[in-house]
Amino acid sequence: MSFWFWRGLRKGMHTTRYPKASETAAGVTPGRPVTTQFASVQQAALAAQVCPVGAITAQDGSAHVDLDFCIHCQRCRFGNSPPMDWQSDYEWTTLPHGLRRYEPLPRAYRRSMHIIVVDAGDCGACLHEVKQLNNPFYNMHRLGMFFTATPRTADVLLVVGPVTENMRVPLLKTYEAMPNPKKVLAVGACAVSGGIFGQSFVSAGGVSSVLPVDLEIPGDPAPPLAILHGLLVVTGRKAPVGYQSSLERSA
Amino acid sequence: MVVTHSPVSTSKRMQVDEIAAAVGSRFGSTARVSRGSSGVALSIALLDPATLPAISKFLFWESACSFGGIVVEEVQNDWRLSYFFLSLGSGWMEVLLEVPSSTPTVPSISTEVHAADWFEREAEDLFGLEFEGHPRLGDFVLHDQIWPEGVAPHRKLQRKTMDTRRDRLRHRPNAEWRPLLVVRDPGAFAMPIGPVYEGGLGQSVHFLLETVGEDVVRAVPRLFYNFRAIEKIAEGQPVSRALLIAERFAATSSFAHSLSFCLAIERMSGTEVPARGKNLRVLLSELERLRHHAGAIAGVCESTALSVAASQAAIIEERLLRASCQFTGHRYLFGLNTPGGLRRDFTAEACAELLKVMDQAVGELHVVEQGLHFTSSFLDRLENVGIVDPERARDLNFVGPVGRASGQTEDLRRDCPYTGYETYQFQVPHEIEGDGYARLRVLFQEAYESAKLVHQAANRLEPGEVSVPCDPPARGVALGWAEAPIGAALHWLRLDDGGLVERYRVITASFNNWLGFRVAVENFAFQDFPIILASFGLSPTECDR
Repeated sequence: MSFWFWRGLRKGMHTTRYPKASETAAGVTPGRPVTTQFASVQQAALAAQVCPVGAITAQDGSAHVDLDFCIHCQRCRFGNSPPMDWQSDYEWTTLPHGLRRYEPLPRAYRRSMHIIVVDAGDCGACLHEVKQLNNPFYNMHRLGMFFTATPRTADVLLVVGPVTENMRVPLLKTYEAMPNPKKVLAVGACAVSGGIFGQSFVSAGGVSSVLPVDLEIPGDPAPPLAILHGLLVVTGRKAPVGYQSSLERSA
Repeated sequence: MVVTHSPVSTSKRMQVDEIAAAVGSRFGSTARVSRGSSGVALSIALLDPATLPAISKFLFWESACSFGGIVVEEVQNDWRLSYFFLSLGSGWMEVLLEVPSSTPTVPSISTEVHAADWFEREAEDLFGLEFEGHPRLGDFVLHDQIWPEGVAPHRKLQRKTMDTRRDRLRHRPNAEWRPLLVVRDPGAFAMPIGPVYEGGLGQSVHFLLETVGEDVVRAVPRLFYNFRAIEKIAEGQPVSRALLIAERFAATSSFAHSLSFCLAIERMSGTEVPARGKNLRVLLSELERLRHHAGAIAGVCESTALSVAASQAAIIEERLLRASCQFTGHRYLFGLNTPGGLRRDFTAEACAELLKVMDQAVGELHVVEQGLHFTSSFLDRLENVGIVDPERARDLNFVGPVGRASGQTEDLRRDCPYTGYETYQFQVPHEIEGDGYARLRVLFQEAYESAKLVHQAANRLEPGEVSVPCDPPARGVALGWAEAPIGAALHWLRLDDGGLVERYRVITASFNNWLGFRVAVENFAFQDFPIILASFGLSPTECDR
């Protein structure tokens, strides 16, 4: 048994310094396409055309991206010329469309927040990335966040997948069993917009058609740091993308 | 079900030509044998449905073929069913059966070939076909408490009516529904687990464990919570979009699935992928296998609460995920395969960097393996737990690493090579104990073999094109296959006159192996259940589709 003790010590620390400092290691995030200015109107239209899910819209020679719909097929990056600009970041958490105000959980949750995950039709990627938060690289526990096995003690509901017909009732039951205050996070393109599965006779096309969603973390799959950013937003230690809190606004 | 057949060892493995001759002489009047096409070596058309069970029994038991799966198609006034069998080393065979749509009754083969059990239940649920003689139909893909009887959503008629949101919301859950309990004894009870368990970190699946005390007497896994009907939503879509679905329905083996899909399209249009494309495909397939197995090993360590080992394996997995992302741009290798080759090329420096990270990861994996071999508290939890003996594994047609831990040596890379695997040197490790420890050893050995294959592939990379243009043909049918990390992945595809998908069928290793999972759980104690589950490493979402 002492083997593992020494082995663990000898391997040293691997944990990221995020959120105190940004993580710069290669490969932590696939990145995302961003608004690109093209030389001509045709090139921008071509970039919009190459997108299989209509996440890119062309306007006067520039192409805009709605990350909610992006499924990271990278067709606008490789094989499209000229390619879209690509940005290697991971702070993607946004408010759902139409929501302007956002209240994080009270301060008491900052060092003790319990999370339950529901796989509502996920392909395994987002769920796997959520699971990675427990590995030594991300080590969610150091931030006072824990996975819990029962909805009765959960404060945050992470939903992955487009919400299948067979998972709709278990998802609703989990939500109802959670005490107030509670937050719902949609993780991954499928949970945000239905992704490639869209809306069909078995898929609700996103969590928001079943439950009130507080925050959305796009990406297919959302990398672990993007999910960590979302969880930090829930506790109020980070702000959603493009959102100025009332505090900052008054200052 | 009771095993009534002779074990594998007594039957001789037959090649396709021998089988053709034997079928001709034995079933001559009722079966027409012809050369197959598009990935199928031999096609046996049945004139009389009644011979189906006999011919299936002959192929599976006497010719020692492995069972692939059933493809159901609706053509104008008929049902067309194709039963796929694999003669190891000489190719795929299909048994074709046409049934008029006015009488949708097919003789069940699951009394002869037990592995066909779930395939028939699935076809009954999704197409409304009736399988005569099947012991248990109903409540399978479409859960009885959610879906009304007689929906059959995969039928062509349903394409228009099922797609609306209003229809979807019309089904109201039936609160009265209760699972069928079989164990009746004083003190008998059923322990439900799932679909949300382990804090939701397990994929959605429900287990009903019936017991009278400590040991699990009967285990019933209930799947299809993640049923997204990918076969149905791909219908009427262009190939480029169906490829996105094939890549995204089971992400932990996405490269193998997209490869299998692309191979079907390439076979249909007669495209030959350039050598560099083929070698890179091998490299990426093996990288995915290595990463998957590292994750599965971490899962086994975690299920026994050996935290340090689990963390060490998780570090290896995350390193490989990061290396994949740095190399290809995506942590799960999305967006690389395209019909005709790969979407992008890689530089020699990037390859060298990948190999460096991988070698380091494999070195660490060796250390973890050595440590585990000498951790008796860990081995006690795995040895002689969750045993599936070779006879049972053969009977239930186990595939992938789970099958190889129970004496089934089938591996599509060697037994039915694709994308140039026939030119590679590698071992297919297998064990015969069939317990949790054997499954773990197979995972380690396969991971090392994969690392060797990555090196072989990298050494063969000559400058050249990685892809050739490959337009999907108008009208065509083909079978594609690949050995995914969890086992055989079959993608069968029929395109219509406009080059759109008419019928798409995905058969996954998880679907095959979940059928036999209960065998490993039954008669073992409750506390062994999570360990058996982890050592199987099955993916519910890959099964549900």
